[in-house]
Amino acid sequence: MSTLPWLHPDRVALLETALERRIMVLDGGMGTMLQGHRLDEAGFRGERFEHGHDGAHAHRHDEHAHPGGCDLKGNNDLLTLTQPAIIRGVHEAYLEAGADLVETNTFNSTRISQADYRLEHLAHELNLEGAKLARAAADAWTAKTPDRPRFVIGVLGPTSRTASLSPDVNDPGFRNVTFEELAGNYRESAAGLVDGGADAVMVETIFDTLNAKAALYALSELFRERGARVPVMISGTITDRSGRTLSGQTAEAFWYSVRHARPLSVGLNCALGAADLRPHIQTLAGIAECHVSTHPNAGLPNAFAEYDETPEQMASVIGGFARDGLLNLVGGCCGTTPAHIAAIAVAVRDCAPRQLPGLAREAA
Amino acid sequence: MTTTRHTRLSGLEPLVITPDLLFVNVGERTNVTGSAQFKKLIKEDRYDEAVEVARQQVANGAQIIDVNMDEGLIDSEAAMVRFLNLIAAEPDIARVPVMVDSSKWSVIEAGLRCLQGKGIVNSISMKEGEQAFLEHARKVQQYGAAVVVMAFDEQGQADTAQRKIEICSRAYELLTGQLDFAPEDIIFDPNIFAIATGIEEHNNYAVDFIEATRELKRRFPDCHVSGGVSNVSFSFRGNDTVREAIHSVFLYHAIKAGMDMGIVNAGALAIYDDLDPVLRERVEDVVLNRREDATERLLEIADNYKKKKGEVATETLAWREKDVRARLSHALVHGIDQYVVEDTEEARQQVTRPLDVIEGPLMDGMNVVGDLFGAGKMFLPQVVKSARVMKKAVAYLLPFIEEEKARTGDVGKSNGKIVMATVKGDVHDIGKNIVGVVLRCNNFDVIDLGVMVPAQKILDTAVAENADMIGLSGLITPSLEEMGQVAREMQRQGFTMPLLIGGATTSRAHTALKIEPHYKSPCVWVKDASRAVGVAQSLVSKELVDAFMAKIRAEYAEIRERHRNRGPGKQLVSLEKARAQRFGCDWAAYEPPQPAKPGLTVFDDYDLAELRDYIDWTPFFQAWELAGHYPAILTDEVVGKQASELFNDAQKMLDRIVAEKWLTARAVIGFWPAANVGDDIEIVAPPPPSGRGPGGEVPDEASATSPVEDTVVLHHLRQQADKPVERPNLCLSDFIAPKAYGKPDWIGGFAVTAGLGIEEHLERFRAEYDDYSSITLKALADRLAEAFAERMHERVRREFWGYAPDESLDNEALIAERYKGIRPAPGYPACPDHTEKATLFRLLDATANAGIELTEGFAMYPAAAVSGWYFSHPDSQYFVVGRLTKEQVADYAGRKGWSLEQAERWLASNLDYDPE
Repeated sequence: MSTLPWLHPDRVALLETALERRIMVLDGGMGTMLQGHRLDEAGFRGERFEHGHDGAHAHRHDEHAHPGGCDLKGNNDLLTLTQPAIIRGVHEAYLEAGADLVETNTFNSTRISQADYRLEHLAHELNLEGAKLARAAADAWTAKTPDRPRFVIGVLGPTSRTASLSPDVNDPGFRNVTFEELAGNYRESAAGLVDGGADAVMVETIFDTLNAKAALYALSELFRERGARVPVMISGTITDRSGRTLSGQTAEAFWYSVRHARPLSVGLNCALGAADLRPHIQTLAGIAECHVSTHPNAGLPNAFAEYDETPEQMASVIGGFARDGLLNLVGGCCGTTPAHIAAIAVAVRDCAPRQLPGLAREAA
Repeated sequence: MTTTRHTRLSGLEPLVITPDLLFVNVGERTNVTGSAQFKKLIKEDRYDEAVEVARQQVANGAQIIDVNMDEGLIDSEAAMVRFLNLIAAEPDIARVPVMVDSSKWSVIEAGLRCLQGKGIVNSISMKEGEQAFLEHARKVQQYGAAVVVMAFDEQGQADTAQRKIEICSRAYELLTGQLDFAPEDIIFDPNIFAIATGIEEHNNYAVDFIEATRELKRRFPDCHVSGGVSNVSFSFRGNDTVREAIHSVFLYHAIKAGMDMGIVNAGALAIYDDLDPVLRERVEDVVLNRREDATERLLEIADNYKKKKGEVATETLAWREKDVRARLSHALVHGIDQYVVEDTEEARQQVTRPLDVIEGPLMDGMNVVGDLFGAGKMFLPQVVKSARVMKKAVAYLLPFIEEEKARTGDVGKSNGKIVMATVKGDVHDIGKNIVGVVLRCNNFDVIDLGVMVPAQKILDTAVAENADMIGLSGLITPSLEEMGQVAREMQRQGFTMPLLIGGATTSRAHTALKIEPHYKSPCVWVKDASRAVGVAQSLVSKELVDAFMAKIRAEYAEIRERHRNRGPGKQLVSLEKARAQRFGCDWAAYEPPQPAKPGLTVFDDYDLAELRDYIDWTPFFQAWELAGHYPAILTDEVVGKQASELFNDAQKMLDRIVAEKWLTARAVIGFWPAANVGDDIEIVAPPPPSGRGPGGEVPDEASATSPVEDTVVLHHLRQQADKPVERPNLCLSDFIAPKAYGKPDWIGGFAVTAGLGIEEHLERFRAEYDDYSSITLKALADRLAEAFAERMHERVRREFWGYAPDESLDNEALIAERYKGIRPAPGYPACPDHTEKATLFRLLDATANAGIELTEGFAMYPAAAVSGWYFSHPDSQYFVVGRLTKEQVADYAGRKGWSLEQAERWLASNLDYDPE
């Protein structure tokens, strides 16, 4: 796959040049920002879904009828279609805070995850529009600060199912999703992201490496079909202090399992705060031929499931990562805000990016 | 940092193939083409045991496991997926990478879709041309795996060194030139063929492989060379000593030439230097093709090395020559208690404090035992035997330690203290006792409060003893409720010590949903004895406990989350609909059989020798956590040796139980006129008992005066699963003729025990520190009680009810339930309400007539007892009542005269809803 040309060679060149020069800043959490808007059911539905079904697909109402029982509140990805101004506003806020790359609002925009809301039919549209929104915001800021071009990362989330774990404790051999289903889902979503103008695609918050491998497989199929590729970024999740992913892998085993995709970057995000992620980032920084990224949570959730690490606290820990040469890309995940990103951007501004090992050129 | 082209594979953990690994062992036993035993397990759908084979491979040092399901009679794709999914759930197997092995691409692809780690494909080749080869290789890249390339092209499999090198080189150019395939992910298999076959052309095959290996490693240093090693010795099958010698010599030379990976039986590799020199030389002549008569010369001596059939290794006392530390270790590992007192005394004289013997050589020996058990190289019965040796040694030292303590005030340190008990209302303790032994082996102080222990006594003891944790056990379903109660009490009384939950009906899901939420401090389900030590150690370790509990809590939270979000699942039908779809039969044409001996019959002292032949042995092995069916388990590849040893010990004890009358077996059976009314069965005016059993049983005087009501109602529950019309929603009452037909139908009941008198012997074993015999005796009493129930049912069918006088079935057929009529037991799936045992016992007056008591939780004491109902209807069958709606629970409560809450408590395991 690495022999295919880039779909947007000029943008990849800009991105690689920037990565050579400095630590690039990713954006922060979407959820925390949306909570601030306190949207109710009607807010989530917007005009398009206000009558209990998808107004844009009225002729197919039998299939997507949304009977009363199915609330759409909480379906953050749907806001791309029903409240685009709010999503655009979040992107703008992070770009203003100093993010070089913004992530699309598509974490749950797969058929499997949207099925919880009976909105499977929106999978492609959510990704396409999500990428377009982020693209417009990034382009606007690139115009404002031409010396610092901004980029769009199309996000492929983990889905609500796991391919290598049984949901039935009494039947360890059982699976509620197959590799083929996941690959099909990811293929559809990734096409939307690429068509909407994403500069790179990130497979992120990887609980189960087999899900990620299905996503990487889908991307390679998509690239083959298009005859061109975009850079792939990979970010796993160490779920607790045991130092393993939910599916049981160590950080090192995780990297070897996804390394065949020859990604632009590999990293870790979510579940833990920066301090707890450090040893695992160090492991990746020691073995990865590509760039290393991290976007931790704002600490661990407190008793009220809120994240309370302040921008200063988080930036000071991450500043330490940067000074020790562990990072190429850094941002925030759950509980982080533009204030966190601004503080992180300042903290890493004067630190040199991590040096890639000799063989790395063949990767990206 | 420089990156070298090492092959980087992964399971749950990484495997980087660096030169200092020298040779990577790929386990070959999980391969249906290479292991007859594994093939049998897969064909017979015995996946649990198949998974154990994989575990053994890894425990024996396999760094990768090869999985092959290529067999005509197996759905290879399905078997590959199922097996890979199963081992993915076993962290001690899944930690290593998998080699997906098949000659069918579709099977390989199905396998690759199950691997979260980076595995190896075995294999692809140019057999069908370059295009198919490249297509497969590209897919391998996309799935993220390394690949074995077989030296096979359009012309066939390469046999000469020349062809092997040519084909592999061409494959390399294609892979790296056209696909950008990473060289380190290419593994050549230049074909290992059998030598010494008697065909001259085969003589040089090993040399060809070795020479090709040397050249390939020179040309492509980043690639690897592998092969299926056991092929080379194929002509000596049946002679394992010679085969292992050939493997050893072949590998010695091939590895020197650069072979760095191989599919081998990781547990059976001879060491080159240890080979008999004569054998080694002649094998070397064959492998290196050094003389024309090499094969003949090896054949000349081969038979000398053949293990003779039935040859028994004579016990050697060589270990007695070693120093005392080594002797103690040997005695512990092998469970030999013969010399342990004298050895312990000798060790005591060498140390300053008697405690040093325990903390030194004895604990060292037990650590070896613990490690071997943890690695799956030892099994439970052996561990319990080791514990017996340990206990004897400790018992010998105790007086010295007490003396020392009195003098210096010094006390030894243990890993931690646990208070264990079988909860109130329950009498089952075999599993709990095994857990106690295993924990003691690992230096935990275990305070075992026994059975039927009330919550407050457990808690008071834990406080008084300053325990580190509490362990609860139970087998019957009401115990589940009691455990939740203990947890609530612990929380209310401000306990913080960890709570461990175990026992046959407990589960991770039940603990997560019904126990853990009531207790804020650690609460962990322990699957079996083998997990107990790990859990206990994690809980007492300051370093481990937080991470361990975080993981457990996350698991339990996820289970609760899934439970909350569980879909509608299988919908239940309304009680009305279920009743409409009841089991039917042409009652007008049906003539219920009349019992030959109505009323009660009592058996006071049943012949144990007769029952012995009716024993179903498989559950006996399960009690010891040995997996497999009797008698196949005795020759099982993995546990056969242990199972046979255990079986022999059990037979010896059975001889004594029978000859010396250790146990007394008593029973009472009865038959009463019965009619079906709704979901209930009415027994109208039970007749006075008839009295005398055949063959000299005494008249039953006690029951003549036993109080019985005019009408007794037996309550039953109905299946509510949504079933197709042709499959009725069953209820046991359906098998009795409805009252409306006026047919005189009957129901029977029984209560048997083989556990009377057991206490005296258990006490004796306790005094001898002999848990092994104690557990064996309990397990045997259980088996005899089950055998008694089986035998009694047979006699009921033939004589006492007499509806099948000519039945003749062997024990296997009996175990397989190939008879007419059933004997369901209250508390089991067809009639899950334990409280119905009270009615059964009243009808039988079982406490007076058979010496069996009911606890408040409706468990039977002695524990080795079985009771239940007899149904004679030819279509009667065992079934599972399953989930119940609130509607039926309320209806049942009404019939039983219970409140809804009472019904929900007794039927907790069957509720389809969360009661408020």
